[in-house]
Amino acid sequence: MPKARALGECTKTAMNIKYYGDYGGCFVPEILMPPLLEVEKAMEEILPTEDFQNELNDLLHNYAGRETPLTFCPTLSKELGFNLWLKREDLVHTGAHKMNNTLGQALLAKRMGKKALLAETGAGQHGVATAAAAVRLGLKCTIFMGAEDVERQSMNVMRMRVFGADVHAVDNGTRTLKDAINDALRYWISNQDTTLYCFGTAAGPHPFPELVARFQSVIGTEARRQCLERFGCLPDAVVACVGGGSNAIGIFRGFLDDMSVRLIGVEAAGTGEPGSFNSAPLNMGTPGVLHGNRTMLLQTKDGQIEPSHSIAAGLDYPGVGPEHAYLRDVHRAMYGMVRDGRALEAFQRLSRSEGILPAMESSHALAWVFDHPDELPKGGNVVVNLSGRGDKDMDIVKKYLGHVYGFADEEKQEA
Amino acid sequence: MHILEEKIRQAMAEDRYAVIPFLTAGFPDRDAFWRALGELDSHGADIIEIGVPFSDPVADGPVVESASRQVLSDGITLASILEGLRLRKDYFKAGLVLMGYLNPFLQYGFDKLAQDAAEAGVSGVIIPDLPYEEAAPYREALKARGIALISLVGPNTSEERMKLYASVSEGYVYVISVLGTTGERSAVAPKVAEVVARARKCFDLPLAMGFGFSSPDQLGVLPESGQPDAVVFGSALVHFLRDGHSAEEFMQRWEGAKSRRIHKS
Repeated sequence: MPKARALGECTKTAMNIKYYGDYGGCFVPEILMPPLLEVEKAMEEILPTEDFQNELNDLLHNYAGRETPLTFCPTLSKELGFNLWLKREDLVHTGAHKMNNTLGQALLAKRMGKKALLAETGAGQHGVATAAAAVRLGLKCTIFMGAEDVERQSMNVMRMRVFGADVHAVDNGTRTLKDAINDALRYWISNQDTTLYCFGTAAGPHPFPELVARFQSVIGTEARRQCLERFGCLPDAVVACVGGGSNAIGIFRGFLDDMSVRLIGVEAAGTGEPGSFNSAPLNMGTPGVLHGNRTMLLQTKDGQIEPSHSIAAGLDYPGVGPEHAYLRDVHRAMYGMVRDGRALEAFQRLSRSEGILPAMESSHALAWVFDHPDELPKGGNVVVNLSGRGDKDMDIVKKYLGHVYGFADEEKQEA
Repeated sequence: MHILEEKIRQAMAEDRYAVIPFLTAGFPDRDAFWRALGELDSHGADIIEIGVPFSDPVADGPVVESASRQVLSDGITLASILEGLRLRKDYFKAGLVLMGYLNPFLQYGFDKLAQDAAEAGVSGVIIPDLPYEEAAPYREALKARGIALISLVGPNTSEERMKLYASVSEGYVYVISVLGTTGERSAVAPKVAEVVARARKCFDLPLAMGFGFSSPDQLGVLPESGQPDAVVFGSALVHFLRDGHSAEEFMQRWEGAKSRRIHKS
């Protein structure tokens, strides 16, 4: 037990909570406030320093492989009637945009004097990225993952364990990301002195929505510059999938002030049957408080959180980052929905047209574009954030599309 | 003086710990819950904390979480709890406190909560996921109906933060004894005494200690300066009822404890 920390290193008493309109905040037990105050202080005082930024940029460039390309899609552009560009976060080390954030938080943890990282993970991409960053920066790593996700993303569990992370399968409640976050928060209560909670998305209690958005904004900063270099103007639309929404907020932040650029987030509609579970709180939810922030949630009228569903484990969450709820309210961004089956088709179409395997999450963003060509300007430029690569999804693809690829014995499953 | 503070001060005047059981509403089942509440009340509870279930109870350990899930699947809601209490208004001698996470209260509406809770005889509300920075509007809405929002502090709460809470708190202060979730622990961490002593400096209100207690013997190890005024036990009671015992039997453990309170000079 810590010695009445008295916020010793941390001289702040009360928090300067950032809100996004009516959303955000810091709704956590008092015993989590001291570690969150520490993170807030580190975000304000360590993160902006030149020294920190230089070391982070070096890691992003020489370890994680940034900057990522902006890839033109010639075949699809011809079919769609506008120029389709992909921001290639699938090429970041470990296979998704998650590393932008985990390297940032791991470096911050190190500067804060922490010995270990803690993370929740849905699809496993954030868990793998945290485990790798922990190794790179000499930190221990503990990961909480829903038992159902452990089953459907077993290769990512292997990758985390190969990196030396301690992976806990969470068997409570819905056995997915929501309950992994609950257990990670509980673990953090008891281990806050030594451990930084490396939160995976731009949600959760203050300061995580802001901290994660800042680390992910490298996507938008690069993309904006690349657009100007490659086609000499800003894009007409930027499209990204939204679960918690960290890849989306990362790319949106580069274009928030460019009012000519349409920002389009895509939520997962699940199977799409009436009354079925989905992962689309911005479209189907109501405001409430979960995991430390006020945001849009899938919940009953009594305020109990409902289970979510998506074929993409990384989108399978009943809440969403508070900044997205705000951007929706003020009509700066619009948020569409895509069903499991359409995402599978988009996965196939990009693979066959351009030789790029998109993650099932990113396939939702692509599917929205493929399904709404008339809402995008002919001859214009559309950027899709390809947040991750699809290698991790081969088990799911085999399950649903095995018959297409010569696994004739596998019975076709309805997606 | 707020009624909840009075309840604890009365116990202190009788030279004993105030006893505060916690029970998840609707546990072990609908009827048995109300029976248990009556037994707790008639066998010495000074205040009773009634758990309002939530799907994602991050401050709770496995015992309270599983009780919470069970009663949710039985259809227990905040509205049904308030209705049950309203029907039994003035039946309980003990002060009544609702303990639950913010979202169910938020969806019910705080002004309506304050009105309906007051009409049901509730004197206080504890919301674990509502720290000082976020609490003000909710505290005001409850206070308008005489309901206290009970503050929680823990082993890592600095004197500075305790003073923030002290400036707005009423009723009593809930001192969390460990950096952990609710649940029984075999021993009281010796550092607990430091937390109580620090809280004593900052608050004029009675101090109730919780998170981990199952027996009054656990308090014996604490020095005088580290003694709380009241003891909260939740998981131990839930566990006890789950095993088929009665609330009355549980309260008998505390009979003997009453005289053991160490005098404060």
